[in-house]
Amino acid sequence: MTEQEIQNIRADFPILEEKIYGKPLIYFDNAATTQKPQVVLDRINFGYKHLNANIHRGVHYLSQKATEAHEEARRYVARYINSASSDEVIFTRGTTEAINLVAFSFGEYCCQAGDEIIISVMEHHSNIVPWQMLCERKRMKLRIIPMNEKGELRIDEYEKLINEHTRLVAVTQVSNVLGTVNPVKEMINIAHRKNIPVLIDGAQAVPHTHIDVQELDAEFYVFSGHKIYAPTGIGVLYGKREWLERIPPYQGGGEMIQTVRFEKTTYNELPFKFEAGTPDYIGSTALAEALKYVENIGIDNIAAYETELTRYATAELMKIEGMRIFGTSEHKSAVISFLVGDIHPYDIGMLLDKLGKAVRTGHHCAQPLIDQLGIPGTVRASFSFYNTREEVDIFIAALKRVVGMLG
Amino acid sequence: MTINEIQDQIIEEFSQFDDWMDKYALLIDLGNTLQPLDDKYKIPQNIIAGCQSRVWLNANLVEGKVIYEGESDAVLVKGIVSMLIQVLSGHTPEEILDTDLYFIEKIGLREHLSPTRSNGLLAMVKQMKLYALAFKSSKT
Repeated sequence: MTEQEIQNIRADFPILEEKIYGKPLIYFDNAATTQKPQVVLDRINFGYKHLNANIHRGVHYLSQKATEAHEEARRYVARYINSASSDEVIFTRGTTEAINLVAFSFGEYCCQAGDEIIISVMEHHSNIVPWQMLCERKRMKLRIIPMNEKGELRIDEYEKLINEHTRLVAVTQVSNVLGTVNPVKEMINIAHRKNIPVLIDGAQAVPHTHIDVQELDAEFYVFSGHKIYAPTGIGVLYGKREWLERIPPYQGGGEMIQTVRFEKTTYNELPFKFEAGTPDYIGSTALAEALKYVENIGIDNIAAYETELTRYATAELMKIEGMRIFGTSEHKSAVISFLVGDIHPYDIGMLLDKLGKAVRTGHHCAQPLIDQLGIPGTVRASFSFYNTREEVDIFIAALKRVVGMLG
Repeated sequence: MTINEIQDQIIEEFSQFDDWMDKYALLIDLGNTLQPLDDKYKIPQNIIAGCQSRVWLNANLVEGKVIYEGESDAVLVKGIVSMLIQVLSGHTPEEILDTDLYFIEKIGLREHLSPTRSNGLLAMVKQMKLYALAFKSSKT
């Protein structure tokens, strides 16, 4: 993408004009959440202004319109991830709720004492704790795929972990700390050879890469809207129809039922079976709008630009004395976790903040990974296509100043 | 000096800087000059768990006065620890319990104490007062 194209893109994001402590905002915390383009903000406004009525089963005009918009959004998401049917797209509050849903429903249906779930050492707490809770409930065991010194999963060890007790493999496609892009296709194939289903946490992958759930062939694929320029509170669980039909509902309530009698309730069909309560029909349409925005720019253009920006930032960071970058795989997303010498990440983050630079510090909700690295946490800079080389240069200068003060 | 006199002194020291980075530079200096806590006190019982930085705190009653010692693994936090010790250490439990710690707000570092920063400092102030309370109760 040309410089002019990036400037045009930046103009789409009103928040990038903000000043922080009087200094221009440099937002390098995109792995935590992304900013929203005007079209998404407009879509939320439009929804409440013109299309707000509770959806499904409403006979009146507005309700029908709102229902159509929500279901059109579902079809859009389905097309975007190339799901075979929009029935396989369940709206959730986000990645966390989607994983909890699978951990509960799949766990209820498929798991018993002595069974095992395989996750990896680089999982976000969202892809650890729901499985731990399942393991406690059912007296099962969690098995952990280790990584090498570059921050890449050990596929040889992964293969050894699979055995007759394995019920599911749940791994992240991209590490939110290390940026490592895991070979999920290969990992899915390995599991499938033993007929083991796989859940992929796509929270950090969807904003940066093309996703085709049929090609990937995972049984479950989950992601959050807010990490791909959509509002918070909306996310997606993709599940293969055969699995979604087999596993029981997660939450009970309105929307997910067919008939309710005090003697027995029967459940609705897919996808409604998993969407108890009033769905976030404003969020779903805003998510579709965000995906359209991304599609217009082109995910491949975005990926190429972000990869180049990350490479540039990595090279510039490496010029700083004492720089330690965590996650040095050749297959990396737009995330750089680092420390400088023995300076505490909190100190760096606090001072950068005072200079208007937004980065994240700490354990990034991946405590087991940080413990394994034997560090108190990292400073994490994560990029989006609205970030620029110029911002990287300003950031590096600020970082040098901060390190000079602390060193 | 009374606790409030020390607080006022710190406020004056910080008031000479307008720029945030200068205030932080002073805080870093304070952090770097804080006497390190003996490793024998860096035990789990003395740790005040924060989300991002760790704070250790130890206290003794010496001739009726509370003597605090503390440390943190983050230097900015250490700077604040240093100020808290400077303000509160060497005073009686009653004096400490009666204290309104206004200097943090006045020097513009209140955000360090906000619960969202989760750096353990809010818990530290609470723990310092709890020590004072315990010493007060043990005397009576």
